[in-house]
Amino acid sequence: MKSNKIFMEYTKNDLINFLLLMIISLLIIPITVKSGYWYSSILIPWLCLALASIGQQIVMGYAGQLALGAAGFMAAGAFACYNLILRVPDIPFFVALALSGLIAAAFGILFGLPSLRVRGIYLMVATLASQFFIVWMIDKFGWFKNYDSSGIITAQDIVIMGKSFTSPLEMYLVIVFVVTVLTLLAINMARGSTGRNWMAVRDMDIAAESMGISLLRTKLQAFAISAFYCGVAGALFAFTYLKSLEPVAFDIKLSFKILFMVILGGLGTISGAFIGAAFILLFPVLLNSIGNNVFHGAIDATIISSIEQVVFGVLIIIFMIYEPLGMAKLWDNIRLKFKKR
Amino acid sequence: MTQERRFPIGSPILEVKNVSLSFGGVKAITNASFSILTHEIKAIIGPNGAGKSSMLNCINGIYKPQQGSIIFKNELLSKVNPNLIAKKGISRTFQNLALFKRMSVLDNILIGRRLHMNANFIQVAFQTNKARKEEIENRKKCEEIIEFLEIDDIKNTPVGKLPYGLQKKVELGRALATEAEVLLLDEPMAGMNVEEKREMCRFILKVNDEIGTTMVLIEHDMGVVMDISDNVVVLDYGKTLADGPPSEIRANQDVIDAYLGVAHD
Amino acid sequence: MTELLFFVEVVVAGLLAGTMYSLVALGFVLIYKASSTFNFAQGAMVFFAVLAFVGFMELGLPFFLAFIVTILLMGLVGYCTERLVLKPLMNQSEDTLLMATIGLGFVLEGLAQAAWGVEVRRLDLGIGDFPIQWIIDTFGLFVSALDLTAGLVAASLILGLSVLFKYTKMGLGLRAVADDPGAASSIGIPLNNIMLLVWTAAGVVALVAGMMWGARAGVQFALVDLALKALPVLIIGGFSSIPGAIVGGLIIGATEKVLEVYIGPYFGGAIEGWAPYVLAIFFLLYRPEGLFGEKIIRRV
Repeated sequence: MKSNKIFMEYTKNDLINFLLLMIISLLIIPITVKSGYWYSSILIPWLCLALASIGQQIVMGYAGQLALGAAGFMAAGAFACYNLILRVPDIPFFVALALSGLIAAAFGILFGLPSLRVRGIYLMVATLASQFFIVWMIDKFGWFKNYDSSGIITAQDIVIMGKSFTSPLEMYLVIVFVVTVLTLLAINMARGSTGRNWMAVRDMDIAAESMGISLLRTKLQAFAISAFYCGVAGALFAFTYLKSLEPVAFDIKLSFKILFMVILGGLGTISGAFIGAAFILLFPVLLNSIGNNVFHGAIDATIISSIEQVVFGVLIIIFMIYEPLGMAKLWDNIRLKFKKR
Repeated sequence: MTQERRFPIGSPILEVKNVSLSFGGVKAITNASFSILTHEIKAIIGPNGAGKSSMLNCINGIYKPQQGSIIFKNELLSKVNPNLIAKKGISRTFQNLALFKRMSVLDNILIGRRLHMNANFIQVAFQTNKARKEEIENRKKCEEIIEFLEIDDIKNTPVGKLPYGLQKKVELGRALATEAEVLLLDEPMAGMNVEEKREMCRFILKVNDEIGTTMVLIEHDMGVVMDISDNVVVLDYGKTLADGPPSEIRANQDVIDAYLGVAHD
Repeated sequence: MTELLFFVEVVVAGLLAGTMYSLVALGFVLIYKASSTFNFAQGAMVFFAVLAFVGFMELGLPFFLAFIVTILLMGLVGYCTERLVLKPLMNQSEDTLLMATIGLGFVLEGLAQAAWGVEVRRLDLGIGDFPIQWIIDTFGLFVSALDLTAGLVAASLILGLSVLFKYTKMGLGLRAVADDPGAASSIGIPLNNIMLLVWTAAGVVALVAGMMWGARAGVQFALVDLALKALPVLIIGGFSSIPGAIVGGLIIGATEKVLEVYIGPYFGGAIEGWAPYVLAIFFLLYRPEGLFGEKIIRRV
């Protein structure tokens, strides 16, 4: 906790960590990982879902608002991006992406309004409305799907400055860029006065108000920023992972998944979003490979996915009982123990 | 307190006029009136359930009195909302501690600086010059308060993990950080031992003396009240029973009756 | 006239379907009253219970025996939950408990599927989903026999539970526990027995709701999503009120049907999916404590 800042608000450790991560993700991974499977089935969905988890983290982990509708905002972002690229000629990809986030943010503000009156499970039910409503709206109004009757629309290619990014590695690099920028911004907000205001509202709203924090502005701001992150994540998810746009891909199950990522990863930490997303994504892969390699497919795939559900559920209960701050905190504790030795 | 005060007591800064408050038929405050003078330390005393905390909650905008008015610096506080009242320059502490439990001591006190920090979230996200500058300046201010309260060694600890007495101190620190003109302190010394109380009194007097902050405090320890306050208002069953300097209050027959539990008729 | 008749039919069908929501909501309320926990897993319990029931029937158990065994199993599930999940989390915040019960829901769904498979099962209760001739003849209304049976079963179950909790010693104990668990146990009310009873009752309610739904639409995972609609019901009725759960269920059932039939066609249908939640939001804005809940006064 030494505060020897050397660049802006960052300590030397922060910068070293950042450089290491950049070297790994931009040099080591592209050079060593050759198989497309790793990019398109692991790294790309991981980064997309981690970005959505940051969104969930902002509203739930930082601002303390129990929202359950991340997938709805992701759907809004994904279809906004599709329509922007479709209908606005020559729109740069990153502009479309940012606008998709803003459109999702508008939905976030709208469906965040109940948070001004209620909290806890009441708020959760209100945010479920956004989940069901947004997905329904996209599904039922043909305009959003460009009147495609097949129900599955192929996403456009990502084109940046005339170059198209279509191979797994290329798409991975685009995602790394977006996720890095947005993660840095999220860290800045979380560490700065913005994040402090969110946490104050989370920990004791009446005291926060008495210190001059407007609950209305702070909560809606958290909802908007959260939805922005989910929207961008949804667009990336559709364009690089699903490679198609279908409303059912953004159903309530995905919202639960993102909720679990945040809870297991650790509420109120940005790193928790990445850890949680990795776990929720990798655990089934691990389970499947055990099923295939150890039991040689003797266990039915549906049984495996049931087991996976049970494990997630049990882990959530265990973490709630023993370490409500999740894996990020667990990791911190382990590191501290090693340092002490 | 015989020497010359740096901030002599002046005209009324906060006036409570005929305020009544009830919760669904249960009367908490009945027609209470008193005023608070600039730079004074005013104690509100009274038996349990006398409506003292409710009174602070009315001033601070958490409750809306059904009748009466509260006037701050010649302005009627009509729009009742704690964050608007905070902006006008009234800050407070709470009876049962209302700290941000998972945040560090420093962060808690930084929240007190909320109204001195104007960078919006975009400026914070991009760490513009303005955001960085105000963060550094306000952190410096908070470090000063932390030093003043002698809680340097715990400034990075989450407040939820601190013992009660220290939490009370942090809450005072947070209120001080606002640099509000009027501080409402709801039982700042409840549950403290003699030594801690003495320390707390020292802080309160020092702040009043050095910055001239007007203090309104609720306190049960009569020794403390008589020692540090300039004026005392006594509430009983939601009514103002007496209002005046400690010596007068001590001699007031009504107050003695109320405290000795003479039956009301 | 025929239009009015049609409207009545729609409302009746909605009300009868609404009793199903009431049943799930009732399970929520029972557990909320006994242990002040929002049991998010109630929907999963519906799925778990009916899948277990069908599973026992497939093992060759007769209807009645399968019913009893399932109820015993639900009691066991409740006991384990109380012991392993709720007790260790006793002094935690509401949000923490809620998240733990979301985890519990996943455990139950996963266990049910691991034990009894994922394919859609048919559940034949011997009551068809067709209109009753007698009602057509007398009132000119088309009312499904299954809907009507479901409504009647739900009504009698609700009535039975109300009587149980109002007039028996156990019920009195439950109300004491709901009021103040510490005080209740200190005057010798057997906390554990009451918890077991409540969880078993919630299990019965879940099983019956699951059977009725399963008979109509097959025993399948979609039941969990349907059961989610008990949440808006609870917001409308209030989390701690048995009459609230009933009335809330009826309101949601009738409203979503009427909206679906009269307004749905203009928007491509399926507005049932979100209408209850939006209705709940309006209630939250105007009456956050629910129809039968107590007014919340913010105290500091």
